[in-house]
Amino acid sequence: MKFEHYGIGILKGLSVTILHLFRRPAVAQFPEYFLNVSRRTRGNELIWNREKCTGCATCAKSCPQGAIEIVTATNTVDNKYEVEKYQVDTGYCIQCGLCVEACPYDALFLGYSYERAKYRRNDLVQSDDALLESPARPASGYFHPEIAEKLPRQTLLIEKVAEKRKK
Amino acid sequence: MIITEVAAQATPAMQVTPADWPGGYWWHWLFFSVVLIVFMLGMVMGAIYIERRGMGKMQWRRGPNRTGPFGVLQPVADALKVLIKENIVPGVADKVVHWLAPVIAFVPVAMIFAVIPFQNGALLADLNVGILYIVAISSIATVGVFMAGWGSSNKYSLLGAMRNVAAVVSYEIPLVLAIIGVVMFAGSLSMNQIVAEQEIPYILVQPMGFLLFFTAACAEINRSPFDLTEADSELTAGFHTEYSGMKFALFYLVEYAEAIAMSAIITTLFLSGWKGPWLPPWLWFIIKVLIVFFVMVWTRTTLPRVRIDQLMALAWKFLFPLALINLFITAIEIIVWPDASQWIFVIINIAIAAVLVLLWSKRFKTGWGRIEV
Repeated sequence: MKFEHYGIGILKGLSVTILHLFRRPAVAQFPEYFLNVSRRTRGNELIWNREKCTGCATCAKSCPQGAIEIVTATNTVDNKYEVEKYQVDTGYCIQCGLCVEACPYDALFLGYSYERAKYRRNDLVQSDDALLESPARPASGYFHPEIAEKLPRQTLLIEKVAEKRKK
Repeated sequence: MIITEVAAQATPAMQVTPADWPGGYWWHWLFFSVVLIVFMLGMVMGAIYIERRGMGKMQWRRGPNRTGPFGVLQPVADALKVLIKENIVPGVADKVVHWLAPVIAFVPVAMIFAVIPFQNGALLADLNVGILYIVAISSIATVGVFMAGWGSSNKYSLLGAMRNVAAVVSYEIPLVLAIIGVVMFAGSLSMNQIVAEQEIPYILVQPMGFLLFFTAACAEINRSPFDLTEADSELTAGFHTEYSGMKFALFYLVEYAEAIAMSAIITTLFLSGWKGPWLPPWLWFIIKVLIVFFVMVWTRTTLPRVRIDQLMALAWKFLFPLALINLFITAIEIIVWPDASQWIFVIINIAIAAVLVLLWSKRFKTGWGRIEV
């Protein structure tokens, strides 16, 4: 005689929920704790390498949102394009990473940032030197396995990736 | 001076029936009215906190934890928010009905507390038909709900209200039949007398009655898994879809006040009310009410919402026959062995309840086949 059909199912369910009372919650309390994101994450920022960039504008063409604006001029002395303006409106960015994948010279990377709420849409526009890599804005390993290899190994278990914010 | 008067009045009121009703009646009335309103609002605040926090924990989240320590001020913040919100009435609504509905839903719930004993004799009115009064009064809240659904001129509101009426009409029967078993054992309809008669809690003597009453009470006050009235995935918010501001707050208050009232009735009927060792009686009462409410939250978190045909099938095919059988068995026990110790009935009744639940869950079918519970 199977007791599954005689109210035992309800008792099982009740025991599951009551045991959850004593478990550690599976959520990180955001402003105090933040998630240590994956090293291959697609963040909300672009990291741009001015030296490698040739101004071919493949990134701008591949962007489904048209968020990348690039203005180039011809440098007749060195016989190459000179990038005059490289501007990304991260308010439009959907973090798809197509620009990074499209770049033929590996001059474009995604960052880790995800806390970029601003009061003005204009504040979301980043251009030129603001896009360069810096210790505060490291490049993510997305589409660049050579970067991902160098980053420390990590787990994505919720108990391990939540870090307390220093302040 | 007033305080001494009240204290002097409160002490003789501890008797089963106040000896001098005409003399001290108004002090008694004033004192307990204030106590009951404070009790109801305070318990509703506590209930909202327990529900949101407990549900959060059971769903493996944290629940509200921003306002005050551990989020205890969350109900206060909610109340303040809802108080200053705009009151929107639909243009095609039946204005008078729409305006009256929250009041009519609220008043009967507040009136239930009049006959709930906090300790021996400490109740607003020790009616000798207390439990009958509760059954009569608590059904009126449904009229308020139906008025809300009708007055809103909204299909979702009306559907929710109609489901509520259907559920209440069906579940009233097993509810009342479950009460009768207790009443027969206690030999009285007075709530205070029922508590005084309980040497062992009636949950042991009447286990079947307790299960029936708990299920029917959950359905009666529209708590999950029977919250078809405000099934938010189907009916947005059911009967209070078109309510906002203070009127919505009243419905919210009614929802939790009903849950607290049902917990209090279960405590009184089945958990020996204010009786208990060491602690003061009123504290025992409040602890038991909160425990019962916690069990309601627990079942709400665990069980998924039933369909409307399952709801009706459960009432008429499962609870109703079981309630009738329970009633007959109780009557036979009382007539045949009037002087036997209640501990014998504890064993017999628990065995009978187990057998009946097993038998009936095997036979229980809804329109489209077995329901597996």
